[in-house]
Amino acid sequence: MTLWIILTINSIAMGGLLFLLSSGFSLIFGLMRIPNLTHGSLFMLGAYFGVTFLRLGINFWIAALLSALVLALIGGLIERLLLRRLAGQELAQVLVTLGLSFIIADVCLLVWTGDPIPLTTPESLRGVVRFADVVFPRYRLAVVVIAVIVAAALWLMLERTRLGATIRAGVDDPEMARVTGINVSRLFTAVFCLGSGLAGLAGVLSGPILSVYPGLDAEMLPLALIIVILGGAGSLPGALVGSFIVGFIYNFGQVMFPEFAYVVLFLPMVLVLVLRPQGLFGRQSL
Amino acid sequence: MIRLAGAIGLLALISVPIWLGNSYYVNIASQILIWAVFALALNVLVGWAGFVSLGHAGLFGVACYTGALLIVAGWGHLAAAVAAIAVTLVASALFGVLSLRTSGIGFIMITLALGQILWGIAYRWIDLTNGDNGIILRARPQPFGVSLESPSAFYFFTLLVFLCTLASMAAFAKSPFGISLRGTRDQARRMTALGYHVWLIRFAAILFSGLFSGVAGLLFLYYHLYVSPHVLGLPGSAEVLLMVISGGSGTLLGPIVGAALVVVMKTVASAYIERWNLVLGAIFVAIVLFMPDGIVPGARRFWCWGRNSLRELIAAKGENLS
Repeated sequence: MTLWIILTINSIAMGGLLFLLSSGFSLIFGLMRIPNLTHGSLFMLGAYFGVTFLRLGINFWIAALLSALVLALIGGLIERLLLRRLAGQELAQVLVTLGLSFIIADVCLLVWTGDPIPLTTPESLRGVVRFADVVFPRYRLAVVVIAVIVAAALWLMLERTRLGATIRAGVDDPEMARVTGINVSRLFTAVFCLGSGLAGLAGVLSGPILSVYPGLDAEMLPLALIIVILGGAGSLPGALVGSFIVGFIYNFGQVMFPEFAYVVLFLPMVLVLVLRPQGLFGRQSL
Repeated sequence: MIRLAGAIGLLALISVPIWLGNSYYVNIASQILIWAVFALALNVLVGWAGFVSLGHAGLFGVACYTGALLIVAGWGHLAAAVAAIAVTLVASALFGVLSLRTSGIGFIMITLALGQILWGIAYRWIDLTNGDNGIILRARPQPFGVSLESPSAFYFFTLLVFLCTLASMAAFAKSPFGISLRGTRDQARRMTALGYHVWLIRFAAILFSGLFSGVAGLLFLYYHLYVSPHVLGLPGSAEVLLMVISGGSGTLLGPIVGAALVVVMKTVASAYIERWNLVLGAIFVAIVLFMPDGIVPGARRFWCWGRNSLRELIAAKGENLS
């Protein structure tokens, strides 16, 4: 019984992390119609920057925010300097992000070496909270709380602000949005910065749980792909539901059928593709 | 003109072990041919069907693993090869059924995910695949009793398979099937209106592409006598896609040139620097930004431009003289 509760907690924590990763990916995909194949690399890069900031003696939370900011900047540069030049050529944009992901992975290997580096859990969140017989690691609870806060903030931003309304308009119909005077290309940069920053934040926050190692990027990217195909491109609720589905399957799969955990992850994606190609919450088919 | 060039090319390919001499270079030539077969297979989808797959290393790997497992289990080489191709075709059919529900960017994402599933099986299903350690074979096959252990013998074997592949591709490009495939790429709706079954044509193209990916996978297995999950991963799929795109998709020569370019770059680069992936990524970005058509169409355009401007120059001179 305790095992199942712990698994559930871990699944929720992982779902939270995955939401931070995939919400940006989904928004970028929904708005710009490209799967940003650097997204896993940005996640990993965020974690590595976190490592460096922590080594400099910076507080964990400030390090996480700094990392997110640096990644937002890098994402903005990628969009402005590379993707912008290929506007309208989706295939070329995908290939450029693929090439970049190889470059980033190799640079990380060069700078931070090939050994896995665990990020130290912040002092205040070490240890566990006890409820009756069950122990909850504090840090994982904190991750869930942060994910909930970010989800709420994103939801408010998308539903209640002007920027959010323009983003929604861009996702639904970029051409009409342009016609009504929305500067869609500036929106692209903003959303790319936002998504990259969230990926970086997720990277640092995952550090104490997963630690950072080469290949982390290639592990996270397919998860983001699955979530977006599951939930539907550009849909925040879709990303949320998809993240938790993947989080649960991943953790329970690891225990119940360890050899096939990774493969089983893809099953819901296949099902959704066959039964509802636009995703659970999506409006447009891929 | 084209026939002459073809004959010269063929002679050059046959005489490779003579003028390269050193077995190290002969082995590199074999590798180029193996990758060229794979790139030609992917080119069917990328160039002629207009579908970019990022999971093709998965199909390649299925052939590698099936062949290796069956040979280790004591099957004969021929039976193992036939079974490996059959399994690869089944995998390609699954790929096709799932991925053809989408097109464009969606197709890329789904093939990427499918490729990762196959990688996941190879990496995690340790009882079957021996996980990260991979599977080692003892010896290459001996078709009709001919040993392929020496580099030049293996080169000739690979060359024979490569030439068969190239001939099939050339025949395919000219066949009604090849032409209708290009029709579905350019004008899918019109093809439907004309009574063609677009989905079926694309599905058949995926099977055709999978068939030769499997052939390339078997060659790869015979060459290295070793297969590990790295074969199936995303970098593998990206590498072969880079070959097709850098050489020029939709042409016969392009994927071959691309394969030669990438294999040579990889060999040269890994002799000097450890960071092959960095170079791969940089070439990728540079090609997409500056040479989106690839080398072969680019060179052809340059050639035509040069010839035309030379003609104009001569014509202008002639007018001046008269």
